Amino acid sequence: MLSLITDEIRAWIGRSSDPVAFEVSRRDIVKYSLATQQRNEKYLRGDEAPPMFLFAADRPLQAIADLRPDGIWHDPLVPELPLKRVMAGGIKHRYFRAIVPGDMLSIQRSIVGIYEKQGSSGPLIFIEYNIDVTTEAGEPVMQETQVRINR
Amino acid sequence: MATHAANSSIGDALPERIHCPTNVSLFLYNAAVWNAHRIHYDERYTIDVERHPAVVIDGPLQGDWLTQVVDEWLGDAGRMVEFEYSNRLAAMLDETLTAGGKVVSIEGDSVVLELFVRNEVGKVITPGRAVVALD
Repeated sequence: MLSLITDEIRAWIGRSSDPVAFEVSRRDIVKYSLATQQRNEKYLRGDEAPPMFLFAADRPLQAIADLRPDGIWHDPLVPELPLKRVMAGGIKHRYFRAIVPGDMLSIQRSIVGIYEKQGSSGPLIFIEYNIDVTTEAGEPVMQETQVRINR
Repeated sequence: MATHAANSSIGDALPERIHCPTNVSLFLYNAAVWNAHRIHYDERYTIDVERHPAVVIDGPLQGDWLTQVVDEWLGDAGRMVEFEYSNRLAAMLDETLTAGGKVVSIEGDSVVLELFVRNEVGKVITPGRAVVALD
């Protein structure tokens, strides 16, 4: 079977985004905690961020006019792929310390893998990212591996 | 916070929680993570263009539910050091989903948990795993 992943696409493995600075606010923690129906008071007060709080925090806040027709942001760290529909794939996290209001974090993504599989309704392309979250001083806060699926 | 973790044994079930997402809860979640993907709120687009049967419940939201299973079981008895999940099957608005898990190994202060989100027919759609370090 002919692979959907060309040499040009494969060449994206190893590319990284510029680090994104992220300031953690109590209000953002509370918003996230209410939206995810947390029950732990420390999250609802915004004293500490829930473990999944940083999901998508590396995304720049793009203008509505700059979004794709499907509503997804234009990600500069995605090669042009023959499959356009996007699904979440999964995440692995390692936690080094709690995230609290006032933290100034640095978030950087790298592509560590691009591969394809046959799904029940057709081919799927997986892009695997490593996401390193540190303090401004370089102290590790969290490491994430995130999988994005195109179908 | 009450904790179940301090006296845990292999095979212990973690307290389960039932989730019934609504248009409102999905809207608030996607606003909080700044995600405008239309499959999470635009039913006509979701069905006609992306060919899902209904508005799609976010995979990362299900991942969050798994962390809450761990958090509510663990209480103040320790901290989660590793966590992972995989979205294997999409879930749609109006589905009732259950998040839970069980203790699968205990070595000293390190406890490994197997986690799941299952749908109404009992199929695990989002399996997960966590490692917690007890104090």
